[in-house]
Amino acid sequence: MTTMIIGGGVVGLSVAYGLLKQGQDVVVLDGADGDFRASRGNFGLVWVQGKGAGCVEYSLWSRRSAGLWASFAQELQDLTGFDLKLVQTGGFEYFTIAAELENQVAKLLALRNASNGDYTFEVLDNVALKKQIPEIGPKVLGATYCPEDGHVNPLFLLKALSSAVQKKGGVIHTGTKVIDVTSTDAGFMVVLENGKQLNGEKVVLSAGLGAIDLGPKLGFRAPIRPQQGQLMVTEKLPTFLYHPSGTLRQVNEGGIQIGASKAELGLHDVEDVLTIAGLARHAIDVFPHLAKAKMVRSWAALRIMSPDGLPIYQHSTTHPGATFITCHSGITLAAAHAELLPDWIMNNNAAPDLSVFNEGRFDV
Amino acid sequence: MFDPIVPNTDPNAQVHFTFDGESIYTAPNTSVAAALLAAGHTWFRQMPVSGRQRGPFCMMGTCFDCLVEIDGITVQACVTTVTEGLNVTRVPQMHLQEGKFK
Repeated sequence: MTTMIIGGGVVGLSVAYGLLKQGQDVVVLDGADGDFRASRGNFGLVWVQGKGAGCVEYSLWSRRSAGLWASFAQELQDLTGFDLKLVQTGGFEYFTIAAELENQVAKLLALRNASNGDYTFEVLDNVALKKQIPEIGPKVLGATYCPEDGHVNPLFLLKALSSAVQKKGGVIHTGTKVIDVTSTDAGFMVVLENGKQLNGEKVVLSAGLGAIDLGPKLGFRAPIRPQQGQLMVTEKLPTFLYHPSGTLRQVNEGGIQIGASKAELGLHDVEDVLTIAGLARHAIDVFPHLAKAKMVRSWAALRIMSPDGLPIYQHSTTHPGATFITCHSGITLAAAHAELLPDWIMNNNAAPDLSVFNEGRFDV
Repeated sequence: MFDPIVPNTDPNAQVHFTFDGESIYTAPNTSVAAALLAAGHTWFRQMPVSGRQRGPFCMMGTCFDCLVEIDGITVQACVTTVTEGLNVTRVPQMHLQEGKFK
């Protein structure tokens, strides 16, 4: 029983690795270098704080994945030798505008209520925050802290997953753009851009934005769109920041990564000076000493957004054996995708209940 | 083998600058990185986290491994031209910290 996985980013490789651990044969079809690749441009957070406001199932799913991350990272390191530089010491969100801080606190309180009280966070004013992080600037009114937040080196993750899949016997075809997929008597056939055809009994569509075109061929609506995010990284600095935030984190080599804008620009993944300057301004507001730091790189990448921002997990109703997986938090959810999702893909008894994330919710 | 991008009209002309207090003479229109390499300096800075020594790799403004400090600002030595009396120092290392978590 071979499962063909269309899309070899973090989502597809996490699922591939999980299926291999369950004894499935897996072939991953990874696209071309010129494709839009969120797996190579993302911020690298394993993030819980604030996620799932209005949908506690998403909060719980994210937290479950974050909880699995330490053993997932250790397992990948043991198998491949790559240290993913996972740090889960909790994360801060910094606020320079009072109303935004109030909104955040209200959101976290609502999440705590929806979680029957099982949702830990703290609110710190500037003075309390300065005791934790002395470099904080005077414009920061306060911060919220969630102990379950963390970050990871997302490129090491991608590399480790690719290695792990191959070590477990999976096959990865790179530079293979899938242009068509159809049902056959024995399962599915995919057609590659180079004219080659591949057959398998099952298919998982985890092609990021590529699912916009391929989804309908398997009976999925795939109502997703690109959302641009811009990021930058500074020269390497001595370690001072021991906790990530949604916008600032110090990576293991010392660079400060600064993100991330949100813009609806279609398939446009080029950064612009105004947006990058805005990111730099925010970083300096939070940590004034960064004003002297050199920017080394800036880039833009495209998030894969559903209409409500939540993941989509959908079995095809018209093409049995086809599964559609998409989300904008492939790093946070990587552990869940590897450890929990395979049971759902294979319809095992141990499958998590993901019904709230099906495509039917977008029916009008 | 190599010709300067900006030809020197006076072959004997020299520019003087210092690197961590050391006196260095070089031809006009030379980049700080080229002048330091010619003076025998193979590493310009240390990695802030690991402490490993780093020097110019690309010499064209891309790799950021040639960073030095001039007038309190971190700059790329390979895209900075030496001027008379320039005071160049290594980026101060502030003590290298252990990667411990609070």
